[in-house]
Amino acid sequence: MGRISLTEMEEGSEGSVTSIEGGHGLRARLDAMGIRPGVNITKVSGQFMRGPIIVRVGTTQIAIGFGMATRIIVEV
Amino acid sequence: MVKKILLMGNPNVGKSVIFSRLTGVKVIAANYPGTTVEFCRGCIGSGASKVDVIDAPGTYSLEPTSPAEKVAVALLERAIEEKDTIIVNIIDATNLERNLNLTLQLLKKDVPVVVALNLWDEAKHIGISIDAEALQSILGIPVVSTVAITGEGIKELVTHLANAKTGEYHYVDEERWHEIGRIVDKVQVIKHKHHTIGERLGDLTIHPWTGIPIAVASLFLLFFVIRFIGEGLITYITDPFFDSLWAPVMMRISVLLGADSLLHKIIIGQLIDGSIDFGESFGILTTGLYVPFGAVLPYILAFYFVLSVLEDSGYLPRLAILLDNALHAIGLHGMAIVPMFLACGCNVPGVMATRILETKRERFIAATLMSISIPCVAQTAMIFGLLGKYGARGLLPVFVTLFVVWLITGNLLRLLVRGESPEIFTEIPAYRLPHFPTLMKKLWMRIYSFLREAVPFVLLGVLIVNLLYALGAINAAGRAIGPLTTWLFGLPFEAVGALLMGFLRKDLAVGMLAPLDLTMKQLIIASVVLTMSFPCIATFMVLLRELGITGMIKAGAIMLCAALLVGGTLNLIL
Repeated sequence: MGRISLTEMEEGSEGSVTSIEGGHGLRARLDAMGIRPGVNITKVSGQFMRGPIIVRVGTTQIAIGFGMATRIIVEV
Repeated sequence: MVKKILLMGNPNVGKSVIFSRLTGVKVIAANYPGTTVEFCRGCIGSGASKVDVIDAPGTYSLEPTSPAEKVAVALLERAIEEKDTIIVNIIDATNLERNLNLTLQLLKKDVPVVVALNLWDEAKHIGISIDAEALQSILGIPVVSTVAITGEGIKELVTHLANAKTGEYHYVDEERWHEIGRIVDKVQVIKHKHHTIGERLGDLTIHPWTGIPIAVASLFLLFFVIRFIGEGLITYITDPFFDSLWAPVMMRISVLLGADSLLHKIIIGQLIDGSIDFGESFGILTTGLYVPFGAVLPYILAFYFVLSVLEDSGYLPRLAILLDNALHAIGLHGMAIVPMFLACGCNVPGVMATRILETKRERFIAATLMSISIPCVAQTAMIFGLLGKYGARGLLPVFVTLFVVWLITGNLLRLLVRGESPEIFTEIPAYRLPHFPTLMKKLWMRIYSFLREAVPFVLLGVLIVNLLYALGAINAAGRAIGPLTTWLFGLPFEAVGALLMGFLRKDLAVGMLAPLDLTMKQLIIASVVLTMSFPCIATFMVLLRELGITGMIKAGAIMLCAALLVGGTLNLIL
C-alpha cells in the first residue's frame, strides 16, 4: 500500500486515484475523460523511453503522455 | 419554431453516421476520435417543415481544448442564443458514465435535448445493458437507443425530436460525477464477460514488445497491398483499356483533325513515331484522360481502400501511441500521424485534420511538414509510373530523401517555432470490424471527390499547357529561369514548365516530365523538387485559411528554401 504516480505503477495492476498534481487546465482535461480522485484505474501498458501510459478507466482505454501521467497519483 | 438540429457528443460515438442516416448527406466517418473537425450541414423534411441538421465535431466537455472542440462549443452557444435549435446528444452506450458528463452539462443549458443511446448493439455484445426508459425518466428528456451503422432506431429518434425538452435535472456542478455515478448505478447492469479475442488482440498491438513489430509488419503489408492493387488495376484494366480500345478511337480523330492543326495539338497532342503515347502525347483526350483515369485512379482506389480499413478498424490511435516518441522528435505527439496519413492521400484533408492538434505551434509544424515532404497519392502514382521501370534504384532515393527531409525539417521546426506542444492524451477506441457497405460508401465518396475536384483541373491543366506552348510562354519562362534550374538541379530548360505547372496539379506536373527524355537522376531530382517546392493551388488555399497569411508566407519560404537546398544537394551527390 502506498501512493505512487501512474508511471510507477506495475503493468496490469489496479489502483485508486488520490490526487492530480496540476492546475485547473490539467484537472479539467482529465476530468472530462473520467479521470479524477476516487476512481479506479488499471494500468494496461507503458511504452519504451518514457512513452505514453495506457490505462483503463471503467470501460474506456486512454493513452496519457508520460509527463501528464507523473502528475496522476494513485494508491495501490 | 425549430429550424435546426445540432448533433453533439463525445468524439467517436457515431455522430457522423447518425448525420448521414438523418440527412442522406454523405460525410466521412471513421473509428478514431477527431474524424470530424468542422461542422457539416444537411437537412431533413421538406417545404415548411424543413429542418437543418448540423454535425458538430466531438467534444468531451463544454470546456474546449482543441480547435475542433471549440467549433462544437461555439455551435452550441449560437443554438442557445437563437432559440431555434434542438440538440441531439449522442451517447456511446459502451461508455455511459463518461458520456453522461457532457449530457449533464448540456442539461444545464437553456436548450431542448434528445438523447440517442448509440452503439447499442456493441454494448449488448460486451455485456452492458442499459434501461433506456429509466434513464429517460431520470433525465426528463427523451432517450432513444440506436445502432446508427445499420439504421436501427433512427426513425424513433426522428419521431422523438418533437418531444425534445429543456433539461429539468438539477444538480450542483461540484457534485456532477457523483450524480452521474448515481444515475449509472440505477440504469446500467454490467455482466462480467471474459476477454474477447478482440480485446486480447488489442492488448498485443499496444504493448511495445509485441506492438512495434506488429506495427512495422502492418505498415509494410499496407504498402504492398496498395502497390499490388494499384499496379494490378493498371496492368490488367486501365492500360489494356487505353491501349486497345481508346487508342484506335484517338487515331481516327487524329486523322480527321490533321496532324498539324492547333486543334490536333490541343485534343490529341503530339504523335510519337506516328502513334499515340498516352504518357507523352499531351492532348486533352489522350494524356489528359490517361493521367487521372489510367495512372492515378487505380492508386486512389487502392490507397483509400486501405486507408478506410485502417480508419474504421481503430488501429490508427494505437499506431499513434507506438509512434508517440518518434513524433516528439519533430515537435508533435502521436496523434499527428492521423493528419500525416490523410496527407498521403491528399494534402487538403491532411491540413484540415491538423485541427485535432491542440496548439497553433503543432498545427503549423504539421501543416508545413506535410506540404513539404508528403506527396499526395496522385503524385505518388505518377512518380511510380515514371520511375517504376528503374525499380527500387529509382524509387527509393525519392521517398528516402522525402522521409529524411521530413525528419530534419521537423526537428528544425521543433527548435525554431515557439510555443507549446502538449503530450498525447487520447481515448483508444475498441477495435471494430469495418462494416463493408459503409466502407464502400466511404471509398466511393473519396473517389467521387477526386473525379469531381481533380479531373477538371487536370484537363484544364493540359489545355493551359498546350496554349502556353503554342504562345511560346513556356519556352520564354524556360529561357528565363532555365539557367538557374540547370545550374542548381541539373534539369533542362524544358523542365521549368513542369515545375511551374506543379502549382495547378502535381500529378500533371510529373506527367509533363515524361516526354522530356530525362535521365533517372534528373527524374529523381525533379520528383523531389516538385513535391517540396510549392503546394498545389488546392492545398495552398486550405493552408492560407488554416495558417493565416503570415503563417502561409513563413511556410512558403521554408518550402522554397528547402526545395532549393535539397534539389541542389541531390544534384551534387547522386
